[in-house]
Amino acid sequence: GTLSYSLLYSQHASLYFCCAIGDQGNELITLEIIHHYVELLDKYFGSVCELDIIFNFEKAYFILDEFLLGGEVLETSKKNVLKAP
Amino acid sequence: MVASSSSLKLQDLIQEIREAKTQAQEREVIQKECAHIRASFRDGDPLHRHRQLAKLLYVHLLGYPAHFGQMECLKLIASPRFTDKRVGYLGAMLLLDERQDAHLLITNSIKNDLSQGIQAVQGLALCTLSATGSAEMCRDLATEVEKLLLQPSAYVRKKAVLTAVHMIRKVPELSDIFLPPCAQLLHDDHHGILLGTTTLITELCERSPAALKHFRKMVPQLVHILRTLVTTGYSKEHSISGVSDPFLQVQILRLLRILGRNHEESSETMNDLLAQVATNTDTSRNAGNAVLFETVLTIMDIRSAAGLRVLAVNILGRFLLNTDRNIRYVALTSLLRLVQSDHSAVQRHRPTVVECLWEPDGSLSRRALELSLALVNSSNVQAMTQELQGFLESCPPDLQANCASGILLAAERFAPTKRWHIDTTLRVLTTAGTHVRDDAVANLTQLIGGAQELHAYSVRRLYSALAEDISQQPLVQVATWCIGEYGDLLLEGSCEETEPLQVEEEEVLALLERVLQSHMSLPATRGYALTALVKLSTRLRGDNNRIRQVVSIYRSCLDVELQQRAVEYNTLFRKYDHMRAAILEKIPLVERGGSQVDEEAKESKETAQLSEAAPVPTEPQASKLLDLLDLLDGPSGDAQHPPPLDPTPGGALIHLLNLPCAPPPPAPIPNLKVFEREGLQLDLSFVRPPGTPTLLLITVTATNTSGGDVTHFICQAAVPKSFQLQLQAPSGDTVPAQGGLPMTQLLRILNPKKAPLRLKLRLTYNHFGQSVQEIFEVNNLPVEAWQ
Repeated sequence: GTLSYSLLYSQHASLYFCCAIGDQGNELITLEIIHHYVELLDKYFGSVCELDIIFNFEKAYFILDEFLLGGEVLETSKKNVLKAP
Repeated sequence: MVASSSSLKLQDLIQEIREAKTQAQEREVIQKECAHIRASFRDGDPLHRHRQLAKLLYVHLLGYPAHFGQMECLKLIASPRFTDKRVGYLGAMLLLDERQDAHLLITNSIKNDLSQGIQAVQGLALCTLSATGSAEMCRDLATEVEKLLLQPSAYVRKKAVLTAVHMIRKVPELSDIFLPPCAQLLHDDHHGILLGTTTLITELCERSPAALKHFRKMVPQLVHILRTLVTTGYSKEHSISGVSDPFLQVQILRLLRILGRNHEESSETMNDLLAQVATNTDTSRNAGNAVLFETVLTIMDIRSAAGLRVLAVNILGRFLLNTDRNIRYVALTSLLRLVQSDHSAVQRHRPTVVECLWEPDGSLSRRALELSLALVNSSNVQAMTQELQGFLESCPPDLQANCASGILLAAERFAPTKRWHIDTTLRVLTTAGTHVRDDAVANLTQLIGGAQELHAYSVRRLYSALAEDISQQPLVQVATWCIGEYGDLLLEGSCEETEPLQVEEEEVLALLERVLQSHMSLPATRGYALTALVKLSTRLRGDNNRIRQVVSIYRSCLDVELQQRAVEYNTLFRKYDHMRAAILEKIPLVERGGSQVDEEAKESKETAQLSEAAPVPTEPQASKLLDLLDLLDGPSGDAQHPPPLDPTPGGALIHLLNLPCAPPPPAPIPNLKVFEREGLQLDLSFVRPPGTPTLLLITVTATNTSGGDVTHFICQAAVPKSFQLQLQAPSGDTVPAQGGLPMTQLLRILNPKKAPLRLKLRLTYNHFGQSVQEIFEVNNLPVEAWQ
């Protein structure tokens, strides 16, 4: 069958984060996921801004990979995410 | 600027690219750097390989081609250094998806990395596997991942669990491997592992009914975990906005939903917990609302207690009042899904829903509209319609069509009175006429036609509306039709239900002519107007010169449809004037679905001489028909129950198709005056339609030049046995005094044997306070009537 996706986005300061979920998704919790990720970046970079992500894109990916895996939430403790290698 | 020969650091490259002022400049910088990177790859410099790849990945993010880096990813993954591996795996995830040929080559590396003991490395491998693992890879590596599920390190276990989820999605048969470990994993303390396991179990249950059954046993345990989270576990590191690990809560709720669906026992077990979560969750922030939302979804999907369902709907109702638009959106969408199954619960929130109509945000107001329309029922229809009409007047154009049709539909289903129905439809047509569906016109004319008591009211209101605005086509069409049909009611007397309206004949004609000439009128509308004008020729008392003039003009109209009509009407005036009254009688009520009402039989019980009516037999003689035909031959008019009289207000049933159209018959048969008494005169006119030589149409016209009205007028006819006679309903039973509107009646006579025609008439009526009965045979019938 054909899959349909919903696109969600969230704005934090000048940063836009966009995310696609399948039709089973709870949209509100997805917004929480985005928010959580932004806070992770915030903690790591100390008040994240666009340049931080641009110049450290690979780190943004590494952090994301400690938070989500295969499209599902992997770790809900910020502490655990940030102390990972 | 750095000299081009040495290798740029990643940050420097990024800087340089951002400094480019035009697209062309950027391209130049990137092309130059890519050339370096390619050279470096060729030379095989292991030290800087990871940096080169990183630069390439950045370039890739910007949208430039980077495929030549694919093999480098492989090399980096195979390197023993962690920094190499990390970038290599990232590159693999970005550049080496399933569609690439080199994709499979990473399988071996992943396998190696999974089995060697360093957590961080295992983590990388698992991550890549779950992001891009193809079905084949998953099959190959399933056992490796299974082993990792039992690893002591929580870090590895949590990643392995989610990797298993991915594998099952790709290769459902692998479920068998990953089902057994779940039970133990669910006992883990680590939130990440619990979360992953719950996701894994959800995935397993969705794919296999057997797994579903198996995991139902775990419902109590899941309930326990969730309860602990909600009540006791205040773990600071997992708390978000005061809610304990909302992600885990939501995931457990989702799993409970699947397990409780269609299963009484499981649903029971969860009942209390769901109620607890629903009432205790902090709703001040989105995290709490997200959990609440998932709870609502679960409650509605399982076999929950009625009280719980109401609670869920009420939560959604509260969501509607939330200031956060997303939450209102989510509430509206969910309520829409529930409105059929839990109608009364949703009804309670109707006022709030109606408030949401006025949302500035289009996606919200659209859903509010849909939901409002679904909530209309017979008890609230008037209030709701009022609200919806208000909305219709100010809503954006793309919603107008939906709103208008919705109102009309609701009106059709729940109208308390016909008058209300007409009023409502009228209002919709005036407000949003251009957006209504095509059948709105037909429906309204049907509605008006069937409400005899409201004819006067309708025609007056429509006349006023039309006089104000002739641009809204559906309204114009209905109004012109109505004026044509009931023009006489418009002019005479007054109607208590509307304000007194003095309308002159000339005004009416002028209005119709305006419609006819207006450039805003569609061709169909002009057709309506022309026909209405012609109909008025029999309804109005004045002379018809003005009408005849207009009709005459349109004979040369460019629009073919109008031209044809005009020609036909013109002919009607000139050559068939005696038939005009009959043809232009009020239309009988058309059946829904458009089929013309069949000619009905009219029976008289009175005397033996009178013929029965029977429908003209087109089909082979059925036994039922035989009975009727017997009656036809026999002089006994016996007591067959008459079929119900035509319900239309004195409409003459005319099959227009049977009447002659444009080409005139060879020679018109002269009229015949057959009766005259104290000012009441009866004339017969004859028509032999060319296509049917055995058919004779007689129109009886009764005129009254005396000073008193003739009332309760009934005319009956009888013919010899070999003939078949059909009396159609007369135009009325009153022949008004002083040369008022004549009464007409059509007789259809079939003469298959071409026998000489004989006709007997019986009249009964009241005149000057006396009841009169006359029976006589018509003499001097013209031979052309039957030869």
